[in-house]
Amino acid sequence: MTARPERVVENLNHALHERLRADPRLYVLGEDIADPYGGAFKVTRGLSDADPGRVIATPISENGIAGVASGLALAGDAAIVEIMFGDFAGLAFDQVLNFASKSVSMYGRPHPMRLVVRLPSGGGRGYGPTHSQSLLKHFIGIPGLSLFELSPFHDNRAVLARMLDLGEPCVFVEDKVLYTRRQATGGRLDDLFDYGFLGAEDVGPAHVYVDDGGDVDCLLVAPGGVADRAVAAMRELLLHHEISCRLVVPSRLYPVEAEALVSAARRASYVCVVEESTAGGTWGAEVAHVLHERLWGRLRRPVRLVHSADSVIPAAVHLEREVLVQAGTIRDAVLADLRAERSPV
Amino acid sequence: MTDHLATPTIEKAPDSPPAAADLATMLLIRHFELALLDLFARGELHGTTHTCLGQEYVPVALAPLLTARDYVFSNHRGHGHYIARFGDPAGLLAEIMGRAGGVCHGVGGSQHVFRDRYLSTGVQGESLPVATGVALHLKREEPGALALAYIGDGTWGEGAVYEALNMAALWRLPLLVVVENNGIAQSTPTTAELAGTIGGRAAAFGCAHLRVENTDPAEIRAVAGPLVERVREGVPLVLEFVTNRLGPHSKGDDTRPAAELSRVRAADWHARGSGAEFAAADAAAAARIAALVAEVAARPPAVWSRA
Repeated sequence: MTARPERVVENLNHALHERLRADPRLYVLGEDIADPYGGAFKVTRGLSDADPGRVIATPISENGIAGVASGLALAGDAAIVEIMFGDFAGLAFDQVLNFASKSVSMYGRPHPMRLVVRLPSGGGRGYGPTHSQSLLKHFIGIPGLSLFELSPFHDNRAVLARMLDLGEPCVFVEDKVLYTRRQATGGRLDDLFDYGFLGAEDVGPAHVYVDDGGDVDCLLVAPGGVADRAVAAMRELLLHHEISCRLVVPSRLYPVEAEALVSAARRASYVCVVEESTAGGTWGAEVAHVLHERLWGRLRRPVRLVHSADSVIPAAVHLEREVLVQAGTIRDAVLADLRAERSPV
Repeated sequence: MTDHLATPTIEKAPDSPPAAADLATMLLIRHFELALLDLFARGELHGTTHTCLGQEYVPVALAPLLTARDYVFSNHRGHGHYIARFGDPAGLLAEIMGRAGGVCHGVGGSQHVFRDRYLSTGVQGESLPVATGVALHLKREEPGALALAYIGDGTWGEGAVYEALNMAALWRLPLLVVVENNGIAQSTPTTAELAGTIGGRAAAFGCAHLRVENTDPAEIRAVAGPLVERVREGVPLVLEFVTNRLGPHSKGDDTRPAAELSRVRAADWHARGSGAEFAAADAAAAARIAALVAEVAARPPAVWSRA
């Protein structure tokens, strides 16, 4: 009997352990991250027992913690900060926007800043309006700042190493619903879909497909947190509507890694970008811009954006479901567009 | 209460002239700042700048208490901090004028300067948590070194100050907070923006506090020096200078009443200077800065190489 794949939270935890062992200048900071509690979502379990000097439970001070981490990075150390709920990154925004990311370049010459700000994010767990948001759109387009998202396809050992090696601050969005899922392994997702990587395994965008070589009706582009909802929509679209889709799941969301997306989009006539952020000024809009710029005249429709409603995120489960992107939301958007495409004028 | 938590005060000293070397640096900063205001008035600088006229003695007093291993975090009003540390008015002037040889190639300008272990930022309070992080680094990697952060009285309105003081005191970090309490935050008098006292706020975190009303660098060092040495052992200190901002907040924005302006001018260390030696030193600094302005203004524009 083969062992079951790691849960995503275990993979991330192992990755943190590995980074701390590999890099004697790395610190991990955050509220309630120390053992025996090990963090609100147990991502940091065992870390402070392994290295109490470099794994530091902090006061409730998001701005301060982000600043302390920036100071460590400025002095040549590296730091990973956990913001207990990603929503609270609002309190740390100045340090990320005006200090950490600016310090890479605003002094007239490059100055490396090895810093990762982890944001447990997203809804689906009934935590209500200030504990359920995905703030990724608020971190897009900041010079010197990269934006990554946790995904079940990507090994966090490689992703964390990549973020720290960049030498510029990174925000790492971690959809909370992923923590208890299992990592994808072996190239086979389920009875219908296979997956692979566009570019370097574990850090390049992952893609999910039925037929690796063929063209498809629709390319879905989605961050890790909504990938499972995208796959569920792909299954229904194929089995019930004979619409073939391919899914691309980037590890780095911003700057948009255009080449892989453009190559994938060339093999589809229609592209739909999915994300959990609420409407307005979204990551999907940035992806659409990149694709329109490169593929205008080739795509048969404008890139479709699918995101959560323009709304606060309610606590009650039925109300929350109405606001957040569901598999059905994606399916309906693709169906509506492709049916319109196929209808006689 | 342990002795380090007491709040001593260095009272205003008799008007003895500063030692020659200190006076020379103070005058260099004074004429540097006057030259900037003059360049603005003549339309030769753009953007903004915040001069430290009246406050020059603060970084001059502290400079010999620091070593090259110490970090200094400056703020928007930082020209004196830079010149006292490096004695490099040319690099700073070129930076502010966007000319070749600027310490940050013209990208940072007046408020964003980074050189060796000196860094300034333009956001109030932002540097205190950063300095705390650097102090955490120093405690582990370079025991005996400290991180100094300059702030003003107005900065005490920012929450970042309290988050940083809490962590620095809790973790016994070598953090020195130097407060230039010049009685006014842009246009708002301290009495209209600060409840309680800075000493009281330091005490709330168990931080040592020293209030300095003196303007003589040697006398300041004699009292502050031992407390700065304790910072190196992990006893954070809030060192508060009661000082005067002689000029406007930035360029021409001074709404203080005439009586208040008369008071700060009367308290100015420069106005109390007298005698032939003082006059000679003053003239020498003025001439050096005038020559520097001419030389830097003739330089080509700064080039930013992004790679």
